[in-house]
Amino acid sequence: MRPSFASRVALGAVALVAVAACGGGDAVPELLGGDTSRDVADTGSRAFGFPAPTLTNDERRVFEIGDSFFTQNWVTAPASTDARDGLGPMFNAQACASCHLRDGRGTPASTGDGELGLLLRLSIPGESDNGGPNPHPVYGDQLQDRAILGVPVEGELVVTYEDVVGQYGDGTEYVLRAPTYEVEGDFGPLGDDIMVSPRLAPQVIGMGLLEAIPEEMIRAAADPDDTTGNGISGRVNEVWNPATETTELGRFGWKANAATVRAQSADAFRGDMGITSSLAPEESCTSAQPECLDAPNGGEPEVTDSRLGSVTFYTRTLAVPVARGADDADVRRGAELFEVYGCSSCHTPTHQTGPLEEVGIVALSDQTIHPYTDLLLHDMGEGLADGRPDFSASGTEWRTAPLWGLGLLEAVNGELFLLHDGRARTIEEAILWHGGEAAAAMEQFRAADPDDRDALVKFLESR
Amino acid sequence: MKPSRVLAPAVATVLVLASCGDDDSSSVSQEDAVETYAQGVHASYTASLESATSLDEAIDSFVADPTEETMQTAKDAWLAARDDYGVTEAFRFYGGPIDNEEDGPEGLLNAWPMDEAYIDYVEGNLSAGIVNDPDTYPTIDAALLTDLNEAGGETNISTGWHAIEFLLWGQDLDDDGPGARPASDYVDADNADRRGTYLTEVSDLLLVHLGQLVDAWDPQAGGNYYEEFTTKSSEEALTDIFTGIGELSRGELAGERMNVAYSERSQEDEHSCFADNTTNDIIANATGIQMVLTGEYPGGSDGPSILDLIADTDSDLAEELEAQVSQSVTATTEIPAPFDQHLRDGVPDTDPGRQSILTAITFLEDQTPTIVSAASALGLSINVT
Repeated sequence: MRPSFASRVALGAVALVAVAACGGGDAVPELLGGDTSRDVADTGSRAFGFPAPTLTNDERRVFEIGDSFFTQNWVTAPASTDARDGLGPMFNAQACASCHLRDGRGTPASTGDGELGLLLRLSIPGESDNGGPNPHPVYGDQLQDRAILGVPVEGELVVTYEDVVGQYGDGTEYVLRAPTYEVEGDFGPLGDDIMVSPRLAPQVIGMGLLEAIPEEMIRAAADPDDTTGNGISGRVNEVWNPATETTELGRFGWKANAATVRAQSADAFRGDMGITSSLAPEESCTSAQPECLDAPNGGEPEVTDSRLGSVTFYTRTLAVPVARGADDADVRRGAELFEVYGCSSCHTPTHQTGPLEEVGIVALSDQTIHPYTDLLLHDMGEGLADGRPDFSASGTEWRTAPLWGLGLLEAVNGELFLLHDGRARTIEEAILWHGGEAAAAMEQFRAADPDDRDALVKFLESR
Repeated sequence: MKPSRVLAPAVATVLVLASCGDDDSSSVSQEDAVETYAQGVHASYTASLESATSLDEAIDSFVADPTEETMQTAKDAWLAARDDYGVTEAFRFYGGPIDNEEDGPEGLLNAWPMDEAYIDYVEGNLSAGIVNDPDTYPTIDAALLTDLNEAGGETNISTGWHAIEFLLWGQDLDDDGPGARPASDYVDADNADRRGTYLTEVSDLLLVHLGQLVDAWDPQAGGNYYEEFTTKSSEEALTDIFTGIGELSRGELAGERMNVAYSERSQEDEHSCFADNTTNDIIANATGIQMVLTGEYPGGSDGPSILDLIADTDSDLAEELEAQVSQSVTATTEIPAPFDQHLRDGVPDTDPGRQSILTAITFLEDQTPTIVSAASALGLSINVT
């Protein structure tokens, strides 16, 4: 993993670009992913699909393997392509890329054919053995609405939306849509104490950079008792890491409920596609689901450690697109307002990734990055609450979402679905849903002049 | 390759001087090169539809009278048709008729891997698949297959080239040869009639989807994609053309189809695993890239090629690219068939078969930056993985 001569030359060249880009001012950085950023101008829906340009050729080949196992469908076992069989028995999707569409986000649109990219976590009060949510005894920890031939599905998720009308400070009306989630379960009633949490598949760019932020920096920003008195109390989620079999700082997932990209990926393989791994070796069938338990599997485990590693490498090293608009007056004004309103209190613009000996991948180490997140949990108010604890995250807490790639989501996905369940159809709606610790910042936006609101949105669209 | 690069600048200087002596009348127009391409795409899909029609006829004959002989005829027709389709994959990756996000049929035509047990019996589950489930699927027809593919909004891969391949060859359970499905699967095996219906329906669908592509690129039709492509700015059209071959060269062919198989050593992790036809798939893809550059499409072409256009700006670069692409095609032809023999555990990396794959991968990787440079020479900025 030592940098080759060629890659050192390349890094030098990128550094020059970075100096030039700094002419735009620090408040509107362009190389959001440091040297791993990629200019994706005019690539349209492909914008999230490129490898970090600073990977070595050998790393590129690992990236390609990960891309293949991320993008291609998994198939019913037994199959000739035995590296790729073991789908289900019950599942939500056949490939990672089904929900992370073109490495972007899932779509919550209810088409009657099942959701693609919006799934429902299930639990009942109490904790599992490792301190996580307590799975439902019949349905398990996730509603799976699809299955291989001969195995019944668990049921269907029905989402309905109700309009919520509000007003900006200048009297302009806006309409938010508030979702309601219902389960039409095929294995009997879920019971009165069921807790559900909808989760939309997020874009998967820059994951390795987030993982490379030193843990102590994340912990240092936490302020659980709000000693600073600013109304914002970032908290760390402490979650089970099946690889180390210890409780660790959570970084990934909407509630920071996974410690590493690898653990998150293993969870998704099992929960979303029914693919077992060494980190998640049990099929997601409960004792109430005999057809599921009896179905053939695709090996034990179904995705090997090596392939899980390649998929993890892939999402770690997908390039963060270069930001646009550094010279645009509105974007620059929006960047100032982002600070003034207090958005940046949680959407921390800048981090420094750790050294190579901690990070392990040259391209991802020692980078100045701009993900706009503190990776901490915040109380976001009742409007967004799912009421379902997840390790130390409460039913009203969510992790600050990274904002890089935000302005390209529409190009990649065709539509915009923001927040943990995709309820927000525009950046404005997403901001207006912010409550709890974020209520004061949201209120400044709501009360602002239309020009200032537009400037803030333009800044966010440039990221 | 390094030595030829050292010599290149001198050659370039001479050629640049020579071209400076000419007036502009010799220059190749971008519009003409785009038109050559668009007509070539149409000719290529037309050739593919023709050989797929022969396949469809062979399948109808086989299902009407299933013998080992009629089955072999159908297999031979599949192999021939597959080559004609393979070159057309150079027309992907820019959201054209083959793979636009609304109705591009790529996923229905060529998706991989095959969910075999979704279609028919497999070793270890003899009652698997739609073929063997008349209770759930009483009628097998084109509408059912299309619906199933759309269930859940993602591709279930119950159609296309590899579905036909599976239904003709069966699973490849032989370490040394292709699948060996007996013709009796279509005579007196369980659900033999349903299997025959599935095969003929899926073959008919293949023709429908290829026909859709032929129509989209028909130069005479008007109001179609051909017209759009040849009337939009030539820069945009050329960006599409270069993106298509650049993405196929490295990300798709060298990466997804060759490096993944080479590295993962899973014997059937290859595109045509039932028929053991993967080396031909690879050759066809590499040849497709060459075809786009040289303009040597099925039936020939009179207009200026993309290479002519590049040469008009930088003849040295055009020569280098032509040489690299030719070298890649040759390297793919030197991979001993069947491809899956080189994926087995225990075959050392020093084995000539594995080395031949790695050589072809490396050449395809190496030519990709040259494709990007050639686009840059024409003032285009393309982004490929």
